[in-house]
Amino acid sequence: MRYRAPGADALIATDLDHFTALFHRTSGITHLLASPAPEILATLTTPMTLDELMAALVRDYALADPDRAALSARLDELIASGLVSPA
Amino acid sequence: MKHALSVRIGPVGFRIGSDWRAPIEQLTDLYRDYPTAPIADYTVRLFASRAWRRWVRPSVTIGGDYMLPEAAPLPLSQGLLAAEMAMNLQLALGHRRHLLLHASVVERDGRALLMTGESGAGKSTLATLLAAHGWRFMGDEFALLDGETGQIHAFPRLISLKGTSVAAATSAWPDGRFGPLLAGTPKGDIRHLVPPVDAIARMDEPAIPALLLFPRHGFAADTREVPASEAFVRLTQASTNYVALGEAGFAALTGLVRAIPARAIDYPDGATAIRQVEELWART
Repeated sequence: MRYRAPGADALIATDLDHFTALFHRTSGITHLLASPAPEILATLTTPMTLDELMAALVRDYALADPDRAALSARLDELIASGLVSPA
Repeated sequence: MKHALSVRIGPVGFRIGSDWRAPIEQLTDLYRDYPTAPIADYTVRLFASRAWRRWVRPSVTIGGDYMLPEAAPLPLSQGLLAAEMAMNLQLALGHRRHLLLHASVVERDGRALLMTGESGAGKSTLATLLAAHGWRFMGDEFALLDGETGQIHAFPRLISLKGTSVAAATSAWPDGRFGPLLAGTPKGDIRHLVPPVDAIARMDEPAIPALLLFPRHGFAADTREVPASEAFVRLTQASTNYVALGEAGFAALTGLVRAIPARAIDYPDGATAIRQVEELWART
């Protein structure tokens, strides 16, 4: 399965201390995200499999302890919130 | 309608019509220092639910551009409250020019102090007390945030005092102009207070927000820093039109919480609260 995020022009992100406030233009819904959700959305510029996404995150954010199950859980949460969809 | 009043409160014009003379007479007297509205942004109607209800146990139904279908009629003796509730309702549901925050606002040196919190937190009382100590009163119900300029516009409508805050306001403003005591309303005993003269005379002067407070009455004095993320979430909940404004609301609100500090203050009494506020203000 591949995962797809909205394009950059569909999201407005603003950092608020340890969180990122995100406005999703398509739905008009505001989200308050904690890491690694903003990083996942920023990395999913094209549809990716779980392994491709993990590799990109390890490369871009120097993940010390990559956890495939945790990333899958975070993706499920983002799908539930409407910010990520299965491609 | 048989009886009508036009009034402008800050940037918002109202036209209030009524089947009865009494509520309009009370409103005309209490709003006598306000300008009339060249254009009515919102229309409020106080009418009898049945024609004969104008005379027999008269009860006031609230109408207007925006309505809550489940709103129960009020007795005619509470017509003033019905009008005030209806005016708030029009603004809360209809306004799009500003982001509305359920907050009281006072101003000093062109800078605004915003106080928000749940009903009973004391934001009205605090605004009234601060206004008696040299601050300009800008409103006790809605702060109007302009998304383009980041400024707060005043909406100094009548101050709605509930329960014990009536006595506090009476002692703070011995010369204040008060409306009739409305006993046993759905919101308890209520008395309206006309804002200070300078609050009305200067209501077209906006202010730059400088400090956001989340007051809580009835606790030992304490102050806590509120992170921008928490202030953001609490203010989305304290706004009546955040969702309706969409992207503009998001930009206005994130801009506000990033620009100014936010503090939660617990206070046991008004005098202590004023000291706490002045200390925090001196550090902004």
